[in-house]
Amino acid sequence: MAEPKKTPMDAKTTTHKHQSKSRKTTMGILFLLIAAVIWFVFVRPLDAGALTTYTMVPGGSTVSMADWVFPTAKVLSALAIICAVAGAYQLIRGFQNLTNAILGLVAVLFIFSFLSWASSGGTLNLAGLLRVTVIRAVPLTLGAMAGILCERSGTVNIAIEGMMLIAAFVSTVIASMTNLWIGMLSGILAGALVAFIHGTLTIKYKVDHTISGTVINIFATGITSFLSSKFIQKTEFQYLNEPGMFPQVDIPVLSKIPFIGPILFSHNLYVYAMFILVPLLTVALFSTRWGLRFRSVGEHPKAADTLGIQVNRTRYMGVILGGMMAGFAGTYFTLGSSGRFDELMTAGRGFISLAAMIFGNYYPFGAMGAGLLFGFFDSLAAKASILKVPVPSDFLGMLPYIATIVVLAGVVGKSNAPAAEGKAYEKESL
Amino acid sequence: MEKQKQVQKKQSATAIFFEELSKSSGLVTFLAILTGILISGLLVAFTTVEVYQAFSVSFWGGIKEIVKTAWSTYSTLFMGAFGNPKDIVAAFQGGDALTIRRAINPFFESLVQATPYIFAGLSVALGFRVGLFNIGAEGQIFIGALTATYAGYAITGLPAFIHIPLAMLAGALGGAIWGFVPGFLKAKTGAHEVIITIMMNYIAFKFTDFMINGPMQDPNEYTPKTPWIQESAQLTHLFADPIRFHIGFFIALGVAYLVYWLLFKTTWGFELRTVGSNPNGARYAGINTTKSTVIAMSLAGSLAGMAGANEVLGLNFRLVPSFSSGYGFDSIALALLGKNHPLGVVLSALLFGFLRNGSRQMQLKAGVPIDIVSILQALILAFIAAPAIIRTIYRLKKPDIEEEGVRVSGWGGK
Repeated sequence: MAEPKKTPMDAKTTTHKHQSKSRKTTMGILFLLIAAVIWFVFVRPLDAGALTTYTMVPGGSTVSMADWVFPTAKVLSALAIICAVAGAYQLIRGFQNLTNAILGLVAVLFIFSFLSWASSGGTLNLAGLLRVTVIRAVPLTLGAMAGILCERSGTVNIAIEGMMLIAAFVSTVIASMTNLWIGMLSGILAGALVAFIHGTLTIKYKVDHTISGTVINIFATGITSFLSSKFIQKTEFQYLNEPGMFPQVDIPVLSKIPFIGPILFSHNLYVYAMFILVPLLTVALFSTRWGLRFRSVGEHPKAADTLGIQVNRTRYMGVILGGMMAGFAGTYFTLGSSGRFDELMTAGRGFISLAAMIFGNYYPFGAMGAGLLFGFFDSLAAKASILKVPVPSDFLGMLPYIATIVVLAGVVGKSNAPAAEGKAYEKESL
Repeated sequence: MEKQKQVQKKQSATAIFFEELSKSSGLVTFLAILTGILISGLLVAFTTVEVYQAFSVSFWGGIKEIVKTAWSTYSTLFMGAFGNPKDIVAAFQGGDALTIRRAINPFFESLVQATPYIFAGLSVALGFRVGLFNIGAEGQIFIGALTATYAGYAITGLPAFIHIPLAMLAGALGGAIWGFVPGFLKAKTGAHEVIITIMMNYIAFKFTDFMINGPMQDPNEYTPKTPWIQESAQLTHLFADPIRFHIGFFIALGVAYLVYWLLFKTTWGFELRTVGSNPNGARYAGINTTKSTVIAMSLAGSLAGMAGANEVLGLNFRLVPSFSSGYGFDSIALALLGKNHPLGVVLSALLFGFLRNGSRQMQLKAGVPIDIVSILQALILAFIAAPAIIRTIYRLKKPDIEEEGVRVSGWGGK
């Protein structure tokens, strides 16, 4: 295997230098443009006395908090001015390393302005929106972590969607026959099994990773739909599609905090699992000897092999751990969200997880951030009917997907993928 | 002495033949399909209640039931795809034109189903040849159908020989736009086309939904449907009802030849293929890889767009929400099965067309869900992508030159 001439580090620095000047101007103009949109589209048509009311308690919660009411036009004008100042500063001096952070801030201000404008004169349940954001982020974050486990150890995994789907199906059937916990466990095992197939195809048979992933996705779609229409959709087998759902558990004390409590601490186990798994995986990957070995296999298998790490065995482990994570994410759809299996119920979430993984730069916390972002758009799309906006619901439904494209193309660009991912490793014969 | 030598020579000739056969990739393809069919048959059998009932009586009874179930599945599939031989013979003996058409309809219907597969398969294959993975064919089909429908009903007063090509081109243009976006983003920002095309799919579905429900809805209809396209834009049907076989099939064959000519007979096609097989070499040789990526994705999009146009102009004559075809996703497996060669694509499109048409009958008559075809496709694809599996199962010899699998660039663009 020939060594690549450029190391990823070189490539990164050169592109960074090349981009920085035009990027500086582009970002400055973008900030100004956002300021202009807030001013001309949102503020100008508003009545001076219009009020925006945000409800701060999600539906069904008992933790009370007063509504947040403010005059729309005044607040939005202030926000427009902030964006304009940021744009001007960026054009003249430039924020340098802070550019991405400022971009994030401006984006948040813009979305806040949009929401305030769209709900002006009525009320919008902000707490509900954020609560749903957290819930929607769960499968995306878990899926992204599945991706991280696979890719950090050198295997590209676009089969997360398929693994989720199979796990969702298996967990439903098993949980209907036994109980939720065994159902969840079987879903995780199903994910591991599918991952083992992916590993065998890519590591042993050296099939292109993307092709192997596609095979699994097609197979997963086929087998789950086949078994679903052959059995669990029929009335005589209906009992196999009634797994029940994990109940919501309020965390004592924390769930009583106004606003934050109901948003973060009154969910079912999947949300808490996300909160625990993200730091856990971060520590495991970046602060332990195991993690260093694990990552070395994805970055430089030859060096790892020289040090006595068994490359392919570690890669199998990575893929299977990733499959278990994807399986766990898959069981969320049935046992944590809808309480039944429907054909194609993952609806592209596995692919969005991949985007979240890339956006999060292959770090668990980054993935959760990206997951929350996509989750927000997802939750916004679901709330479309509540907003009094002249935007058709189909367009709001596109939001998560458009956000994915914008983020991937506009913010991330060429990401720092593990250097040796997607490449089969063969020991050189002496 | 002499005689013995000759015999030896003869034997070795036969041996050489079998050895060569054993090494050939055509045999692997054939065995991959066969193995896929066998495994899917077993899957159908093992999900049938009668099989287990038979097994509880006796072992051989169970085996017999397995064979019976698999046989009935595949024979209904076959008759659904080609027509019932008995009916065809009887119809020709009877001589009634309508009965004959009904009897031979399944075969022509399979060709009708194969037509969009040819377009979409060419789209995916073209992408693979340039090292791009176009999972977005499905979305491009939707947009192609949308633009072709618009050109079909909004433009009036044209003769058919202008209107048909115009509407097809409109479909191609719509698909090209949908392919251009991921191609452009890939080339300019490095965003991976796999994710972008998948996202473009969902956007296409929503956008089509919006257009059918809003701007393009037929004002005389209560349910979301576009107006009927002009008669001058309809692809000519070659037989009377119920046979829906239309000239789209021949257009597809023509386009396949065009793609072949483009890829293998022009300098430009050579450049595209070089970018796919060796991007670094291509850059070194002074080929503009950015341009190639954008053009290839746009072309791939336009081919898929024509698949959508073909469906609207040849069969439905209007766009309805349930247009969803699944052709785009199937064509990934199809293109790989056809080794990303236009001729291979046409052949595997015929196979997929027969499978698709036959599977409907199979669902109706044998009660086997249509999704078994997806499973079959996945299995075939797995065996094609990993020829080593097939070679191990059937103990075939390894080929002298290493088999070239398909390679797609990773996330990092490497």
